[in-house]
Amino acid sequence: MAAGMQRLCSAAGRALSASGTGLTVMAEGGQRGVTAASDAATERLEELQLTLGEGPCIDSFESMSPVLVPDVTDGAPSRWPVYVPAVHTRGVRAVFAFPLQVGAARLGVMDVFRADTGMLSPDEYTLALTFAEVAVATLLDGHDNTGTGPADGWLDDPLGSRAELFQAQGMVMVQLGVSLAEAMVRMRAHAYVQDRRLYEVAADVVARRLRFDT
Amino acid sequence: MTTPTVSAQRLARVFVEIADTLVDEFDLIEFLQLLAGRTADLLDASPVGLLLADQHGRLEFMAASDENAKLLELFQVQNREGPCLDAFRTGTPVVNADLSRAADRWPLFAPRAVQAGFRSVHAFPLRLRAERIGAMNVFSAQVGGRLADTDVEIVQALADVASIGLLQERAIIRGERLGEQLQGALNSRIVIEQAKGAIAQARGVSVDEAFTLIRAYCRSNNLRLGEVAHTITTDLSSIPELSSR
Repeated sequence: MAAGMQRLCSAAGRALSASGTGLTVMAEGGQRGVTAASDAATERLEELQLTLGEGPCIDSFESMSPVLVPDVTDGAPSRWPVYVPAVHTRGVRAVFAFPLQVGAARLGVMDVFRADTGMLSPDEYTLALTFAEVAVATLLDGHDNTGTGPADGWLDDPLGSRAELFQAQGMVMVQLGVSLAEAMVRMRAHAYVQDRRLYEVAADVVARRLRFDT
Repeated sequence: MTTPTVSAQRLARVFVEIADTLVDEFDLIEFLQLLAGRTADLLDASPVGLLLADQHGRLEFMAASDENAKLLELFQVQNREGPCLDAFRTGTPVVNADLSRAADRWPLFAPRAVQAGFRSVHAFPLRLRAERIGAMNVFSAQVGGRLADTDVEIVQALADVASIGLLQERAIIRGERLGEQLQGALNSRIVIEQAKGAIAQARGVSVDEAFTLIRAYCRSNNLRLGEVAHTITTDLSSIPELSSR
């Protein structure tokens, strides 16, 4: 999976004209976890904000929203007084952080670093969110599944099934007494092994035709 | 000739109530629910829903005056086709669409809406400056449930208030951007669905009943829906009132 994450970072970096792209997997509560990055210098940038305990990545994880910093010298120094000078000396001029999450299940953050100031274009923004979705799917499945679609499976869902998928996640979480992320992993593994669509599995769970604790 | 449904006094009360809600740290989903609920009241209890576009331009359900599985499906179908998608794409309202004659226009949506007991439908774009961010949906079960021109203006004004609320939440304090706001809002809706599932399982009830239980708990303890949904999905045992039968 580590190699898959690195490939994902490299692909995202190229598509987004980034100087580097990194992923940090975090435990609930924001303790640091594994990092992956497009290159060694970016990996050190990922580790830096965890060491410093501040930065767009950490704020994005906490707020569960993207944090977009098109110019690190504009307003950001007061928000992250240690982080900003540290990345600035390493040539970073813009940072865009995207949470890796599905609802309340928080897995980590994807950071896009750029050597030039300026906002992501609307297309680049959409692309970055899509890369983040693929990263979530890869993390949940534990293997590289670039190209198999986003984490919550809505691309192939039938009409009106999206809410059911999230409801099923909550149900399986309680059935198994595990975390929400673990419930998603189990549902996706079940769908994969049984060769069924994720939304079909979710519909069976919500209709109480399928339980995971028996 | 259609007579206006909305009275000026009721409308004034609604705007005051909404203004009161737009304080520092308000719960976005609750705000949108309030707005949908009050709009429904003004229109004599026609169901009202609010949808937001995700980054792919797909409309996702956010809040409704009456949230049940049947209505939820009608809202969600509209990420494929329907009045909300039309209003979102064109930036102009769809009003007084007769569902019995809309099967050609919306072959997926119209028969489902008719089956659910609705006769006509309206949709209003949620706009913010040049950007379109979603749509407000109004259903009517009455024959010829037509909106008068003045009502159309009023409902569009309420839809505009929903857009303003989206940008207000924390945005001004922290200098956040619209994209960040929308993404957070869409995710907070997912948390609520996950919480509904968790309570449905823990209590052995339907997801609709689970939502009723969660809202009742929020009201009686004066807690925000978003916070409670998050606690349910991350630390369910800390709320024995909700988690145990």
